[in-house]
Amino acid sequence: MKIVICVKQVPEITDVTINPETGTLMREGVASILNPFCEYAVEVGLDLRRHYGDIEIVTISMGPPQAKAALMRCLEMGTDRAIMLSDGKFAGSDTWATALTLAETIRAMEKDFDLILVGKQAIDGDTAQVGPELAEILGIPQVMYGVGIELTRNKKKARVTREIEKGYEIVEIKLPGLVSISKGPMIRSVSSFEEILDARRKELRLVTASDLTMDEDELGLKGSPTQVVKIFPPRLKKGAKLIDGSEAQGAARKLVEFLRQRSFV
Amino acid sequence: MLKIDTEKCTGCKICEKMCPFGAIIVSDKVAQVQDNCTLCGACVNSCPEGALSIERKRVPEEELDKYSGVFIWGECAEKGERLVPRKVVRELLSQGRRLADKLDQQLSVVVLGDGRLAELETLIAYGADRVIRSQHKLLDRYATDSFTTVISAVISKEKPSIFLFGATPHGRELAPRVAARLRLGLTADCTGLDINEKGQMLQTRPAFGGNIMASIVAPYTRPQMATVRPNVFSFGEPDNSRKGEIEDFEIALSPAAIRTKAVGIERLADEGEVGIEDADIIVSAGRGCQRKENLELIQELAASLGGQMAGSRAIVELDWIPHTKQVGQSGLTVGPQLYIAVGISGAIQHLVGMSSAKTIIAINKDPDAPIFKVADLGIVGDAMEILPILIRELRNKG
Repeated sequence: MKIVICVKQVPEITDVTINPETGTLMREGVASILNPFCEYAVEVGLDLRRHYGDIEIVTISMGPPQAKAALMRCLEMGTDRAIMLSDGKFAGSDTWATALTLAETIRAMEKDFDLILVGKQAIDGDTAQVGPELAEILGIPQVMYGVGIELTRNKKKARVTREIEKGYEIVEIKLPGLVSISKGPMIRSVSSFEEILDARRKELRLVTASDLTMDEDELGLKGSPTQVVKIFPPRLKKGAKLIDGSEAQGAARKLVEFLRQRSFV
Repeated sequence: MLKIDTEKCTGCKICEKMCPFGAIIVSDKVAQVQDNCTLCGACVNSCPEGALSIERKRVPEEELDKYSGVFIWGECAEKGERLVPRKVVRELLSQGRRLADKLDQQLSVVVLGDGRLAELETLIAYGADRVIRSQHKLLDRYATDSFTTVISAVISKEKPSIFLFGATPHGRELAPRVAARLRLGLTADCTGLDINEKGQMLQTRPAFGGNIMASIVAPYTRPQMATVRPNVFSFGEPDNSRKGEIEDFEIALSPAAIRTKAVGIERLADEGEVGIEDADIIVSAGRGCQRKENLELIQELAASLGGQMAGSRAIVELDWIPHTKQVGQSGLTVGPQLYIAVGISGAIQHLVGMSSAKTIIAINKDPDAPIFKVADLGIVGDAMEILPILIRELRNKG
């Protein structure tokens, strides 16, 4: 059995701000990490291998050359191989162009996959669109917001426990299929020395646009139906007058008074 | 047009079954396309031989005007024995109406379900000119495969200029599927919509966890598609004198086209009819509450105000509360009348999930906590000391 996991490297978003004068992102000095939801997806994949054995796990990422670090992290966690899609021609891809490029790569190199895992969303773009778009392009079914996966005995179907608005739902999906992961088992911390050494011995294949049979105008900015026309900082309210609450009795009274003024009590 | 590779076609008739319009007929052991094909794409992925394809090109500039009408997905949810439109649909109707009026076009809402569909006339009262109803026993509950097929079919037939979905969990799994089938641009989770001087829909959304706003257009694909964040836009009173049409959209669906099956459901014990996304009063807890046991105070305060308890991502990660109660960028967006944030510092990812609340009260020990920037009343102090007194006072007064 083969599991393909598509992952993304993201900045530690809390650190990203906008230059109010130029209106551009200030990303310098901002640390990059493997997107937490992708990390969950990798953990779920590894968990499946621990349970059912004989599963090959391939991780794929598209991004600038330094995004290789995210794939190294996956290899250290225990995945088997990695494919890094990096080319100036991929730059500026929106979710459609990203999904199409990933789909063409999977068709060309990992056609015999049984399951694709993705994170629920990336914490920088937050679109949650690439997964379903990828599934549609590949013509496979999808289940979103998964928190756990079991395989049926013949491994032709998976049973996914997924988050829904009022709780959880168990959904059976025909394989090959795609599942997005919302929460995984434990997040582990730093890789051990052995894991780092081991990861370096694994295959990390570099793929550029010339390795794919896609038209130039399907790639990157050119191949993206959506265009960003403006970015700007968000507007927030002015902020409240602060009340000293070190004396609890008085603070509670002021709260009650406020709630009454606004007719909440 | 739909291309059929006659070399590859084996005449298996799967595509015939998958076509929602009966527009493919297999004769002489080969599939043939009829005139009523709308290019909705339902057949393409169903072919085991890969014999079907649709080449989708960008819409040339002179043809952009052929696409007209603002459409929205009228997502429904169970209410007792019936299936009725959700609150987010009223929010979309108010925005859709505004866009349609600017473009001088009609506003239509597409509703999918089985015989239990009800309250559709309210959609007209809230601003729709047309209600397009697709009723089928296989549409009794949401499934991405069946809903993608129907929505794509409606779009292919009606050719709208704009199509909006609520950015609910279902909206966010459905919209990208439809977009990819029809090869359309799609903008996620918008918090602002407008029409620019070129007549394009300007779609504004937060990115980088809410640190940055981005305005996006889709110049060459039609319809322009977006999912719209719930609880951001308000809507007015219904106008029952408004006139509109309810039309039926006939469709053929095959059970084989639905490749996922819900086999079980686990409703969390304390989930009532109304989730936090529809609650009027929310008391929300953060890591500043220190211990899981302290959430009893939060629960008690929420109960005494007739509201619900929620929390930040931090305490969901700690398993203090379930995901159904999580407010913020990776959880739910709420828009209550009153939001009380207790021990929540207010990272931007949290603020984007609750800053449209009418009244915000924040209690935090740290006077520099960002939550105070969005609050109407801020109290710098120890919530665990203040809350017991507050609850007692409310009880005495109540």
